[in-house]
Amino acid sequence: MMEELSLNILDIVQNSIAAEGTKIEIGIEEDDAADRMVIRIKDNGRGMSPQLLAQVEDPFVTGRTTRKVGLGISFFKEAAETAGGSFHIGSQLGKGTWVTAEFQKSHIDRQPLGDVAGTLTSLILLNPDIDFFLNYRVNDDTFDFSTEEIREQLGGGIKLSHPDVISFISEYLSEHLRALNGGVGI
Amino acid sequence: MKSLEELAAIRDKMKNNAAVRESDGDEIRIVVGMATCGIAAGARPVLNAIMEELEKRDIKNVTVAQTGCIGMCKLEPIVDVYIPGKEKVSYVLMKPEKVGRIIAEHVVNGRPVLEYTIGAYEK
Repeated sequence: MMEELSLNILDIVQNSIAAEGTKIEIGIEEDDAADRMVIRIKDNGRGMSPQLLAQVEDPFVTGRTTRKVGLGISFFKEAAETAGGSFHIGSQLGKGTWVTAEFQKSHIDRQPLGDVAGTLTSLILLNPDIDFFLNYRVNDDTFDFSTEEIREQLGGGIKLSHPDVISFISEYLSEHLRALNGGVGI
Repeated sequence: MKSLEELAAIRDKMKNNAAVRESDGDEIRIVVGMATCGIAAGARPVLNAIMEELEKRDIKNVTVAQTGCIGMCKLEPIVDVYIPGKEKVSYVLMKPEKVGRIIAEHVVNGRPVLEYTIGAYEK
């Protein structure tokens, strides 16, 4: 198991990267009135065949030939299901894969969201050419972030993995996410 | 609160130093295991510590990259340091607290921190 849901996000996105996704969208939604938290991850990678899709939730079926899936999906699914929620994964060959995990927000076994800024910063540092999108909604407040807008502001020729840029992104995300959810997500 | 407009200042600063980043010939590579096992064992805070240390010391000739699972899950987080012309050094059971010495002694001064390496673990 992962200690934070933001680590599950980091791990699931590794599958998207292994599947050669170039555009990866992360959505987080917290709704206190409905006592719900939803995490969505969607990529435009190569997708999975119906046969592989039917097997990915089972950690013991996955073998070396399907190395891009393993325990990660099982961990995320278990995190959702032990917290009164549900898990769904869909995929289409040539189109991409999408994962949705839903949680009862107040459930005693729901893992904390943790350091979302750290997850995103790590992903950008290690994959500076991929486009990442974050849409994070807490009740009526929303924060949107995309590496596209960072690239626009920077102009061409500067890698997002440059230390100065990464340091900016790290602080920018931490500040904005703190304003949205009152600090490291709980 | 920080705004994206501040990126313009970073852009202008970098334009003035354009030449610095171009010579990629003697790049040092730091590679972090970021498979499920690495992440579960704490690779993210290690990676963040590496990033902060490089920024703090203003080290520019280092590329940070990721790798998958190499089958030694119980030794994760694993960090490999590649210095051109030298042998790869693998650090195991990494923690953010170990990063400072590795950057100072190995990346900057070329002397691996032997007690953190996989060789020390196996003894």
